[in-house]
Amino acid sequence: MDYIFRAEEVSKKYDKHQALTNVSIEVPQSGIFGLLGPNGAGKTTLIRIINQIIAPDTGNLFFNGQKLNPEHIKEIGYLPEERGLYKKMKVGEQAMYLARLKDVNHKEAKVLLRYWFEKFDLMPWWDRKVEELSKGMQQKVQFIVTVLHRPRLLIFDEPFSGFDPININLLKDEIMNLKNQGTSIIFSTHNMSSVEELCDHIVLINKSEKILGGKLEDIRKSHSSQIFSLTISGQKSESDRLFEPVAELLEEKPQRDGAKDIRVKIREGSSANDLIRHILPQADLHSFHEELPTMNDVFIKTVTGKYPHERKSQSDQQGIKNKVSEIN
Amino acid sequence: MNKTFTILKREYLSRVRKKSFVVMTLLGPLLMASLMIVPVYIAQVSDSVYDIAIVDDTRLFYTEFTDANNVRFINLNVDIDLAIELLKEEKFDAVLHIPTTAFHAPSTLRLFSQKAINMNAKLYVENILKNEFESMKLAHAGIDAEILRATETKISIQAIRLLRDGHEQTDYPEVSMAVGLFSGILIYFFVFLFGSQVMRGVMEEKTNRIVEIIVSSVKPFQLMMGKILGIALVGLTQFSIWIILTFAIITTVQAAMPETFRFTPPEQIYTAGSQALNPAELQERMQQVQQHNTAAGQVMESLSAINLPVMILSFIFYFLGGYLLYAALFAAIGAAVDNEADTQQFMLPITIPMVFSIIMAQMVMNNPFGPVAWWLSIIPFTSPIIMMVRIPFGVPVMDILISASVLIAGFLATTWIAARIYRTGILMYGKKVSYKEIWKWLKFSS
Repeated sequence: MDYIFRAEEVSKKYDKHQALTNVSIEVPQSGIFGLLGPNGAGKTTLIRIINQIIAPDTGNLFFNGQKLNPEHIKEIGYLPEERGLYKKMKVGEQAMYLARLKDVNHKEAKVLLRYWFEKFDLMPWWDRKVEELSKGMQQKVQFIVTVLHRPRLLIFDEPFSGFDPININLLKDEIMNLKNQGTSIIFSTHNMSSVEELCDHIVLINKSEKILGGKLEDIRKSHSSQIFSLTISGQKSESDRLFEPVAELLEEKPQRDGAKDIRVKIREGSSANDLIRHILPQADLHSFHEELPTMNDVFIKTVTGKYPHERKSQSDQQGIKNKVSEIN
Repeated sequence: MNKTFTILKREYLSRVRKKSFVVMTLLGPLLMASLMIVPVYIAQVSDSVYDIAIVDDTRLFYTEFTDANNVRFINLNVDIDLAIELLKEEKFDAVLHIPTTAFHAPSTLRLFSQKAINMNAKLYVENILKNEFESMKLAHAGIDAEILRATETKISIQAIRLLRDGHEQTDYPEVSMAVGLFSGILIYFFVFLFGSQVMRGVMEEKTNRIVEIIVSSVKPFQLMMGKILGIALVGLTQFSIWIILTFAIITTVQAAMPETFRFTPPEQIYTAGSQALNPAELQERMQQVQQHNTAAGQVMESLSAINLPVMILSFIFYFLGGYLLYAALFAAIGAAVDNEADTQQFMLPITIPMVFSIIMAQMVMNNPFGPVAWWLSIIPFTSPIIMMVRIPFGVPVMDILISASVLIAGFLATTWIAARIYRTGILMYGKKVSYKEIWKWLKFSS
């Protein structure tokens, strides 16, 4: 596979604080790459290294196969998490200025800005001061100046913070558009639902080290907790005995038509196929699917070592058992 | 370099277009010109007349009070109580009471008034009485007042500087002092004014986080230099406009009121021919020259003794040098802190050498060629102010060259140091920094 950006064994230390320890990442061409990690894990340091704002202590960096050099700055667009604009400056003038700093010539910048400003309904604000804009509008301006110079690699650090849901969708559409046009995107966020929605690949950094990386789907699969939801009816024995010894009953919800929604966890040594084979003679199976962990679960599990529902599931299980005995 | 220019342009234009800049630029020359014009003008226009009634119980002195510019005397041959009554009816502004005891006990002299006493009138009256009392006492002692007056001598040596080309030039150390001190203070003021603009600019970029966006396109050093140079240009623009406008205003006023600002070129008093003149003739000639020149004219004449182009050029150089030296440090402070309140502790090392220079300026003026003056005008942290104080006295070219080179080396050094603090500081938020922390930043590699 072609990589737009690669980091090999990158380390960075600030005084006594180790910000990155031998982190390697591979950002594929024209995809969205999720850079995840709790606060203070080293994400911003890595992003700043990619942007050549700071240099790593050790490690190699490659942009599109070449060693990373200052020429690549104009191929990269960066929307930082902490971002702002000159409040007293006029919107259009400021956008022009930031475009000029990215080496876009005056004429081209004007054309491109007009295109984007019209797209985001900002044209009437061209001659207004930034401080007159709402926060959402300022964010739009920042987004525009990030993508304006048509970089091959875009880095978005928490791009959706400060946007209302309508504008989040607008922005997501634009990000998907850019991706479809072949732009590679590094996407750093804590919002795991948007990771699931947008990212193809992810890497998870914790305490300066990379602890997880790969295709999003592969990662979710490998973090399967072996929990399945199924709908059955006409069962020949009680639910808590029905699945033994293949799986353990977690939850049971009767439906109006007599069918039941059930969650089970497959016991070690068994597989989904075993479970189906085990149920079929005893009940009618209407649906069957695996509950893949959400990225949120994977994130929390990988960082803390525990699934978020595991902690409460014990009391939940107790509750279910009580319920089951009541029914009996 | 191209990007530095783009930044410089923004920094320059965004400041020059501000209303406050336009107002300052126009008001400055008005203030400066009025500083020169108003005192002269006021001296010309007489004040309202101050009427003093004299109640002279001794009947000895009342004839001696002659009216002056703004003081008029009225002889009242009445009782003091009646005079006070009249004063209350505002027939005059004050009553001078000379009791019979006055001659032997001058402390019994009284000047009554309803409003605050006019200081000038009081001094004028005191002076007349002093002279009269003195001459009466001399007469008592049998000394002829005329002889005594003839022995009085007023000495005012004219300082002549022998220029290298053999010309003589009348020297006005007082004017050199004034001009030097004024330029020194102006540099102090400019360095602080524009230096703190750099600091506030950096802090603005840091606190509103635009710096994150900018440093992904330009190097922190380019951003810092663009800002420093842009603001330097703002300073130069302001200074040039001030100079041009001040001269324009003064010239216009001079042309409009030629009588008030009459100025005749200085006459050589001590010439080859003048040796032949006898003292009386010489005295007469001197008086002629002195009467010829008004106060304003004298100021103009003495100013002409200062080499104005040299002053302006060296002012620009030392302003730029001093500004660049300190602006880099101001930028480093702006980058290190998160808010204005935290700047205080770091401002101190910048403020101390500047304030010290201003304090030492007095000493340097008294001895502009002493070792203290020399060293202070070489050390780059004090040289911008101290050298400006010294230059009107005529500083050897060698000194200026040394001082200028050290100043250039100085600002290169502070810029280098500041750049290292700056690039770490601008990306550091929410951390209260200490000197120790900054020392660490200095040692980081980028």
